[in-house]
Amino acid sequence: MRRNGPLALIFHTIFVIVMVAPILVVCLVAFTPEGFLSLPTNGFSLRWFRAIANYPEFIHAFWVSLGLGALSSFVALLFAVPAALAIARYRFRGRDALAALFLSPLMIPHVVLGIAFLRFFTSAGLGGSFAALIIAHVIIVFPFALRLTLAAATGMDLSVEMAAVSLGANGWTLFRRVTLPLILPGVISGWALAFIQSFDDLTMTVFLAAPGTETLPVRMFLYIQDNIDPLVTSVSACVIAVTMTALILLDRFYGLDRVLAGKGVTGR
Amino acid sequence: MAYLELDRVGKQFGTQTVVDDFSLAVGKGEFVSFLGPSGCGKTTTLQMIAGFLDPTHGAIRLEDKDLTAIHPAKRGLGIVFQSYALFPHMTAAENVAFGLEMRKVARSERTERVRAALAMVGLAGYEDRHPRRMSGGQQQRVALARALVIKPSVLLLDEPLSNLDAKLREEMQIELRQIQRTIGTTTILVTHDQNEAMSLSDRIVVMSQGRIEQIGTPQETYERPASAFVSQFLGKTNDFAATIDRTRAPALLMAGSWSAPAPIGLSGSVTVSVRPERIGFGNTGLSAKIITRIFQGNHWLFQCDSECGPAIVIRQNDGERQPVEGEAVRLAWRPEDMSVRGGASA
Amino acid sequence: MSTAAEQRSARAPWALTAPALMLFVGVLLIPLAMTVMLSFHDWGQYKGIEPVFILKNWREIATDPYYAEMFWRTFRIAIVTTLLTAVLGAPEAYILNRMSGRWKSIFLLVILGPLLISVVARTLGWALLFGGNNGLVNKLLMSAGLIHAPIPFMFTETGMVVALAHVMMPFMVLSVWAALQRLDPQIENAALSLGAGPVTIIRRIIMPQIMPGVLSGAIIVFSLSASAFATPAIIGGRRLKVAATLAYDEFLNTLDWPLGAAVATLLLVALVLIVVGSNALIERRYAEVFR
Repeated sequence: MRRNGPLALIFHTIFVIVMVAPILVVCLVAFTPEGFLSLPTNGFSLRWFRAIANYPEFIHAFWVSLGLGALSSFVALLFAVPAALAIARYRFRGRDALAALFLSPLMIPHVVLGIAFLRFFTSAGLGGSFAALIIAHVIIVFPFALRLTLAAATGMDLSVEMAAVSLGANGWTLFRRVTLPLILPGVISGWALAFIQSFDDLTMTVFLAAPGTETLPVRMFLYIQDNIDPLVTSVSACVIAVTMTALILLDRFYGLDRVLAGKGVTGR
Repeated sequence: MAYLELDRVGKQFGTQTVVDDFSLAVGKGEFVSFLGPSGCGKTTTLQMIAGFLDPTHGAIRLEDKDLTAIHPAKRGLGIVFQSYALFPHMTAAENVAFGLEMRKVARSERTERVRAALAMVGLAGYEDRHPRRMSGGQQQRVALARALVIKPSVLLLDEPLSNLDAKLREEMQIELRQIQRTIGTTTILVTHDQNEAMSLSDRIVVMSQGRIEQIGTPQETYERPASAFVSQFLGKTNDFAATIDRTRAPALLMAGSWSAPAPIGLSGSVTVSVRPERIGFGNTGLSAKIITRIFQGNHWLFQCDSECGPAIVIRQNDGERQPVEGEAVRLAWRPEDMSVRGGASA
Repeated sequence: MSTAAEQRSARAPWALTAPALMLFVGVLLIPLAMTVMLSFHDWGQYKGIEPVFILKNWREIATDPYYAEMFWRTFRIAIVTTLLTAVLGAPEAYILNRMSGRWKSIFLLVILGPLLISVVARTLGWALLFGGNNGLVNKLLMSAGLIHAPIPFMFTETGMVVALAHVMMPFMVLSVWAALQRLDPQIENAALSLGAGPVTIIRRIIMPQIMPGVLSGAIIVFSLSASAFATPAIIGGRRLKVAATLAYDEFLNTLDWPLGAAVATLLLVALVLIVVGSNALIERRYAEVFR
């Protein structure tokens, strides 16, 4: 493979700086010792991180987001794993349509989903409830859970299962002892990716959240609408730190390009 | 007369030496194969000739001109890649025409030469097909036509047949040889398949771990392997430990109970190497016992346990009675059918 | 006559997908249908939503130029964002692909990572960088001599496009990256050996082959930009409305749900038509060449 020339490397450097700059600036401003938005030119301070403690709404919203992400990703997998196994293994009529339906939340704008769920859950008397948030998030993270599980299930050597059957395993035992361990990396990565998606969603959740069930992005968004001060940057810095940790783990565990490209869905 | 000359060429990646002290003179019109296992440096050498890699040491000359000073796009070599590297968004004809376009050949001449090149590889009528709509063999032919249409000074083939199935590979070997004979282009083939190298080449360069083990005609390398590596790599062989006794007259070479007049100029412990098909069952010679015998259609394969260790014997299925498993036999061969290595010079 | 095993394997996929199917019908298709229905209902300041079938909301959207202007702004921003990501993202993916192993994976992480970082945090970063007339971006551009007077970024379409392009860039890089992975690693050497120079190689060999990747990336970027909410809301403020922020206002501020539902339905239908249409076009255009 040929090398990049100097022009290409200059372009690349500027590109990377621009990609990183907004994230970096948020993290830097979070450490400002001043009482207003500024880069920390006179030393670093943790005052704005300590200030988060005085805003219980942010802390509460963080726990809501965490619980919502964890739970909705888990529930999504309960539905996605059997569906992925069916789609990966069987050629049946309606298979393509089903796969398209299950991936459709990726295509539908989240505003539209937010509106649809708001209308639906309000009519059902569940408006603003945590249960409504869970169900809505299960739908939006489902494609991510399905995609990675599907990739793992498609790549799985079916003869391993046949071998287990020939040795007397069947039904639940077969799934628990053979199938699940083999697709587990995909399932766990699917959970992690689904969690991140749920944890970060603003557009849909902003329609559904009520005081008490506001997630962290919603809380941050509503806060920014009123004013931008260093407090929201320190909260953002925390969110970025959580996501980066999850990201690096995901990359080590599964490979980020595979997670994001959903490779293996179409087979290699 | 050297047409293409590699003079003590070496390539290092960091501290790792991939090709070491590679010298070879290729005559005009000659067909030379680089043969060796993967990682022996044969592809690296080819890429240095092509210009995709620069040699760390040494010189590569074409008709006495330094080739390494020329940009790869200007070297005018034809290359067929292992993956064919066809341009998937172009038709067969567009693929073949590309090199001519780069040379600013006029459209009318281009069309004519593309047609002729595709016809030569047996693909007349496939001009407008896209590569992905063609079989592996057809893609292979397009790649060959694309490389040949520019009338290259040297044709470089990088494992061109390794992606084809066995039967097709044999057909393509014959065809490749015929085309090369017809147009007389100097050709270098990189391969790990000794049958391919033997059936196609005028000379074979056997390589291992970045070094040349032997350069010779197919018969020479097969029958007179210069090293244990060559004899092992080019088909099955038997290596027996033997001794040369110069105290007797005439001097004798002895491998177990088999003996023959010693070759001139050697003494002490040596290794004799005999191809399995050159060993016969006789009344004298190495005593051995048949462990297994396997029927393989036109021949039998025997695995024996001999005085000098395990031995393989191949006999034509000529309808004669063959020994059975467990039978005690004597293994014999003509002195001219073996090659002798090692030993002290006497 | 089908065997027992065949019957089992005919039933199994449906049994396995049934729970997910019921979930999707129950809490995705039904709510979507309800939203479409909602757009035909009536609404009044005091009477609230009236479940009747009228075209009032649709007529309002069709006749009031405010909506035409808003939708045009939405799609204009999406188109410019898409072009920007394609023009910058495709070369970057190509450069990235030519890097050696370790650097490649580091920069891939740096460029794709933001995809998973909160959009609110990323847009906040741009709001900080833009920050009025003496924001960091303007200072930098002026000291580099590229501009003479500060460009207004906050509450402008320019600012929205820049921030959106940043948010969407990973999708484009990823899509082109995937197309580059399908390239034969020897293809550039093949062109080189036939006498092609670097510009010819990019124009004649690389570009045509990554075009499907650029186009499918463009479809993703376009549809996500056209329905983006957080970035337009934070950078555009309350005055510069796009479809998503307008629908949000109708629902949570004005409380005219039926009108908001009509805007959302129109956005959905427009996007589905554009995405399905361009996918079909791309497939037809490249069907002959690829697979």
